[in-house]
Amino acid sequence: MDSTTPAAAGGFEPRITAFVCNWCTYTGADLAGTSRLQMASNVRIIRLPCTGRIDPMFITKAFERGADGIIVSGCHPADCHYNAGNYHARRRFAIFRELMDFLGVAPGRITFSWVSASEGAKWRDVVNDAVTRVRALGPFTAYRNMVVVQATAPLSTAAADHSPPEHGGGGEGLRMQSLAAAGVDSGATKEVQA
Amino acid sequence: MTELRELARRLLSEGTVNAVLGWEEGPRGARPAFVTTPDGADRLIFDHRCVHNLASYLSPRRPHLKRLGKVAMVLKPCDARAVAGLIRETQVPRENIVLIGVRCGGVVTDPDSDAALSEATVADRCRGCPDREGRLADHTVGTAGPGFPGPSHRAQKIEELAAKPADQRWAFWQEELSKCVRCHACRQVCPMCFCDRCLADKTQPRWIESSPHARGNMAWHVARAMHLAGRCVDCGECERVCPQGIPLGLITRKIASVVAERYDFRPSDDPAVPAPVGTYRMDDPQEFIL
Repeated sequence: MDSTTPAAAGGFEPRITAFVCNWCTYTGADLAGTSRLQMASNVRIIRLPCTGRIDPMFITKAFERGADGIIVSGCHPADCHYNAGNYHARRRFAIFRELMDFLGVAPGRITFSWVSASEGAKWRDVVNDAVTRVRALGPFTAYRNMVVVQATAPLSTAAADHSPPEHGGGGEGLRMQSLAAAGVDSGATKEVQA
Repeated sequence: MTELRELARRLLSEGTVNAVLGWEEGPRGARPAFVTTPDGADRLIFDHRCVHNLASYLSPRRPHLKRLGKVAMVLKPCDARAVAGLIRETQVPRENIVLIGVRCGGVVTDPDSDAALSEATVADRCRGCPDREGRLADHTVGTAGPGFPGPSHRAQKIEELAAKPADQRWAFWQEELSKCVRCHACRQVCPMCFCDRCLADKTQPRWIESSPHARGNMAWHVARAMHLAGRCVDCGECERVCPQGIPLGLITRKIASVVAERYDFRPSDDPAVPAPVGTYRMDDPQEFIL
């Protein structure tokens, strides 16, 4: 399926959080927008001063709050606005990626890229690739429902929202529909309270 | 042992140090001891039950030794890596400590056990350990056994896990991490965990959910692993003190192997060697970045 076409009703649309640096990728994404490039609309961008500012905790928190995939993107090597932030980030995320893989998180859920301010088209490709990949992996209920796994009974009254924990499990269509009905944001808040 | 006691007595009676940190015979096996008088030096022991990483007491988060001024510490080769780490990160002034290195041929897993040191009882981290003495030491005493051949059981387990499909690894860690009761013993005992205020204790924002469910536990152990990346000295204390028996060493060792492969860094007992995270090279590998 082309990643830019909306999925059929009830199909899984991944929610992807992108942590990007202010100077390169955010500007690049802005360029993609002003250039009217067509791309998947599943990505929510969080702008940070630098990739060096991106703590691995941001990523675990995003997974907790309902992200199915993550993009981390910043300036190309030698282009960092702060000279070395991306070099530090590169080491940190090389390790983080291996850690998450070792803990059983599919590496395809986390995408790393360098996108400069002039690479609007590259940003489109990064986004579309990530969406396609995460869509194939399915919803990451296994992560956010870890709380429910341990509880003896569903803590949320919206029990139907919590499909059984499994990798790329089913039942997500129902959940996404109910989230859409409730508005994605309130849906995410509800999960956190659960 | 006589050599160790004589040296400790001399350092204390000459006033070189105000205390010697070592091990003594406890009600159950060996336990850490603070000796502050020359006569007390006779309490000191060192053998295969002296498992604890005493460098944890040097950590600035613990005021025990700071209050005492200049101290001496009995130092296994693996503890030397922790002390070097604390010096490297400017947590302990080198001139404030006298290091009494003891030659070591391995320790047992459980300091409380009466078991002799053998292939069956030796701590896993001692398998394949090449160090018989810490190079950081000011004095070196004692004799060492031959050590134990590697590879460690953990290294084998890590390979085993890595060979499995991701969902089986996930299931394995779900089961292990679900056991965590977030007592933070792993943090308290770790010589390299010395923040005044730990990320896990912060409430605004609360990065790590505080209730001990698998999701918060995952966040905690990810945070711990990342903070120890390239800093973990493999003293094995976190795994030893874990009341739930979570194999934390698998995580720290896995990361250590990543750091060793990618950045050619192994925990060193030389404080001048820079840690791999917090430094960088322009040509670091980046095959995972689009």
